[in-house]
Amino acid sequence: MGADNMKLTLKIWRQKGNKAKGQFQTYQVDNVSTHMSFLEMLDVLNEKLVSDKQEPVAFEHDCREGICGTCSLVINGYPHGPMQGTTTCQLHMRHFNDGDTITIEPWRSAAFPVVKDLVVNRDAFDRIIQSGGFISVNTGQAQDGNAIPIEKEVANEAMDAATCIGCGACVAACPNASAMLFTAAKVSHLAHMPQGEVEAAQRARRMVEQHDAEGFGRCSNITACEAECPKEISVEHIARLNREYLSSSVGGK
Amino acid sequence: MNTWFVRFITSSIGKKVVMALTGLFLISFLIIHLIGNLQLLSGAGGQAFNEYAYFMTHNPLIKATSYGLYASILLHAIQGILLWIKNRQARGSQGYAVKANRTAGASKASYRMGAIGSIILIFLVIHLIQFWYQTHWGSQIETVDYEGWDQPINDLYALVAFTYTNIWMVVFYVVCMIFVGLHLWHGFESAFQTLGLSHEKWTPLVKIVGRVLSVALAAGFAIIPIWMYLNQ
Repeated sequence: MGADNMKLTLKIWRQKGNKAKGQFQTYQVDNVSTHMSFLEMLDVLNEKLVSDKQEPVAFEHDCREGICGTCSLVINGYPHGPMQGTTTCQLHMRHFNDGDTITIEPWRSAAFPVVKDLVVNRDAFDRIIQSGGFISVNTGQAQDGNAIPIEKEVANEAMDAATCIGCGACVAACPNASAMLFTAAKVSHLAHMPQGEVEAAQRARRMVEQHDAEGFGRCSNITACEAECPKEISVEHIARLNREYLSSSVGGK
Repeated sequence: MNTWFVRFITSSIGKKVVMALTGLFLISFLIIHLIGNLQLLSGAGGQAFNEYAYFMTHNPLIKATSYGLYASILLHAIQGILLWIKNRQARGSQGYAVKANRTAGASKASYRMGAIGSIILIFLVIHLIQFWYQTHWGSQIETVDYEGWDQPINDLYALVAFTYTNIWMVVFYVVCMIFVGLHLWHGFESAFQTLGLSHEKWTPLVKIVGRVLSVALAAGFAIIPIWMYLNQ
């Protein structure tokens, strides 16, 4: 069951380019099916805009399976929409009602400049990864899968952190625009694994330095990031990052 | 000056560690401050309180600690304001038209720590002018003779009692204590998280202790002006 004729009013942030001044523009979309994903609903709008010879709304998407971290969008004030543990592409229109007005904005953060409309530049995350979110391995033949035994509980915790898809919802949600949950997830993931030990002493320090240099805000433990994270990554990892940072900065060489 | 210490203390986590350590120290001060101040409720002309106040301003160990306290207040306040400004810049010039404030466990007060802290700072300035400044250099304070003392001592009790004959002063103090309670409600557990002291078994206890402390301190301090107003 489900209706296929919902009428929606969309208030969408339109901005021609990084330097341009943006503003909200209102659109009507008819015949929205409850089975559509949020991005499919925007596809319908864009088809209409193109056929009307208007500029389509720019938004990012790739896998549409909730695993690549490309889609973004702040929907009615919630990064990735009101449903918890869901990316925008996995949010379905059945969670909205006929006649709703939906406000759609890009991630807002000084470190994520708007490229166009709802698309922001998230290169800052790549630079944080480059500063320390890697491990050194010998290339060559693939290692035996069980060469390094890791306890199941440890592997689980590492996996919880590794589920971070780097979408930036934590920054978008944080009143301080801090990327601590992202940085913490990456540090915590590698801190759990023996493969991460080689750079462990430097990793937290370097990644936090890069985080600060990118202009992200300072974490004040509001936990909005965890509430909005589509992978439900816990702020527990931020505590671990703090421990890693303290031992790396105060205890390390 | 690019030593590891400077890099640490100016990093985002280093600054938070300063906030956490000074914050916890200030909470420990509040506990001692409240226990001492409860002597205001004992009546009897306030002899117990005045003798306690004399001890607190003349014991060398406590005097030395008080300089650490002044430094902590300044550090916590200045650092807090700097972080607040930094975080506003990080948010960017264009704000959200619609923003939901959903959290995973932290109180709504956590969103307003800068504003609540600023109110507490203003309260603190007024509070210090009223009592601390008067104790050390003021002219409004009388002295009193007690048996067994070879010199008269400050009658701080009389000044406090006089201040709380004004209902608006009582209201002001009680309202400010609500803000102190809100600040600690988030501040206590947040300090432990910042220091990396997060543990499956112990974090729930830390949260309970933090909440009990914030209510007990706020209520404890608020009772004093109300009691003194009613028993003037």
